[in-house]
Amino acid sequence: MDNKKDKIFIPAILMMVLNKLSRSFKDLLPIILVIAFFQIFVIGQPLPNFAEVIFGSFLVVLGLMLFVQGLEMGLFPIGEAMAQALARKGSLLWLLIFAFLLGFSTTIAEPALIAVCAEAAKIASEAGLISPSQESCNSYALGLRMSVAFSVGIAILIGVLRILRGWPIHYLIIGGYIVVMLMTLVAPKEIIGIAYDAGGVTTSTVTVPLVAALGVGLASIIKGRSPLLDGFGLIAFASLLPMIFVMGYGVIVF
Amino acid sequence: MNFIYDATTVLMATIRDILPIVALITGFQLLVLRQPIPHLRRLIIGGIYVVIGLAMFLIGLEKALFPVGKMMASQLSDPTFLGKSNIELSDWTAYGWVYLFAALIGFSTTIAEPSLLAVAIKAGEVSSGIISPWGLRITVAIGVAVGIALGAFRIVTGTPLHIYILVGYIVVVLQTFTTPKKMIALAYDSGGVTTSTVTVPLVAALGLGLSEAVPGRNPAIDGFGLIAFASLFPIITVMGYAQITHWFANRNIIKHSKGENQ
Repeated sequence: MDNKKDKIFIPAILMMVLNKLSRSFKDLLPIILVIAFFQIFVIGQPLPNFAEVIFGSFLVVLGLMLFVQGLEMGLFPIGEAMAQALARKGSLLWLLIFAFLLGFSTTIAEPALIAVCAEAAKIASEAGLISPSQESCNSYALGLRMSVAFSVGIAILIGVLRILRGWPIHYLIIGGYIVVMLMTLVAPKEIIGIAYDAGGVTTSTVTVPLVAALGVGLASIIKGRSPLLDGFGLIAFASLLPMIFVMGYGVIVF
Repeated sequence: MNFIYDATTVLMATIRDILPIVALITGFQLLVLRQPIPHLRRLIIGGIYVVIGLAMFLIGLEKALFPVGKMMASQLSDPTFLGKSNIELSDWTAYGWVYLFAALIGFSTTIAEPSLLAVAIKAGEVSSGIISPWGLRITVAIGVAVGIALGAFRIVTGTPLHIYILVGYIVVVLQTFTTPKKMIALAYDSGGVTTSTVTVPLVAALGLGLSEAVPGRNPAIDGFGLIAFASLFPIITVMGYAQITHWFANRNIIKHSKGENQ
């Protein structure tokens, strides 16, 4: 009996793994096609370090697959259920604390942000903006990530308040744009590029599903709010505020 | 041996990165909601997957995506590849292949982006079928392609980033007042979701590599900014697409009612 169960079980797991792998591979496929096209037809040279690149790409696909699978197994369902439970509980204070911490902690775990901040620190130390030691590099990268995470926390908090109060989104966004432009005037030149990029970097694998669940959960519980209309907009704040905060960080550090 | 050491360091760092979100979820579940954690075993196994997966992703990134992005940028802007002398290299027209590469990377990754698909389907629901998910995806992908190509042009010419973004913001604000209200929040969100975990490092590396290769550019000042373009342009294209489809829909209704009157 057990033996029979195992026989069915193992192919099922294998199928699932292959299925997930092919899904992650599909994300990478367009990039591979474009790069292969350019290497073969335009540049006409093989990619240097070909073996290492293939090994690295394999790690990227496998790593991303495991990462997403792990999130879907544990954190996502609990996070979504929790967002709904807190929305129903009706305690504004706890809801706002949760919103802030959710934005903060998901941003800290965001893979693309970790990578880009490390790269930014390398560039800054090569340019002599910070001292070239590994330690100051690490603390600069961590500082960048902390200011982004803090700002995403604030952004989600404002976004939740907006859904509760029904504020129109565009006034807040336009106000944010004006602050971004004002901060650009005072921020050092070297931080502007990375600050503007930070907005797009923060919102990907971890943050989007959990934050979207919070927004839609809230909007579906409050009377007179439509989950389709009012549930959106949290991501928009989360990509706007980091620009302002990272420029602020630049003013302090440089 | 070196690889093992690196891997352990990255693994330790990822555990630190995952810790806040685990602490948040368990803390709120136990202390605020006062409920036991459901499926504790699944959560723990999932957590182990997350840590190992993130560590592998970051190591792979260092070995593949970052070097490839930079290599492509330096190969496509190499004087021998372009067949131009050093003086001509400061001219922006010498870098046609770079713009094309940037545009193609932007277009292909956006078309394949799963979170954009989700947003496109929801947009179809919100607009009660007026907006077709495929049309929206292609429009956004074209927007990202133009955005990244324009960003590459900016790096080559070394013009200040904030001027481009300021103009983009003005366009967004103007569009906001003429776009159907239902679509506004969705359009703003689409800016954030188009840039995925795989695209971001590659595009960032492309920009940094380009700013190192083009004479007279400084990576610290000119290297970043491509992702900013990639997250601003979708907002403009989604609102533009919504405006155009609604305009057509309204025109058809008017035509139709006129036809009935005659």
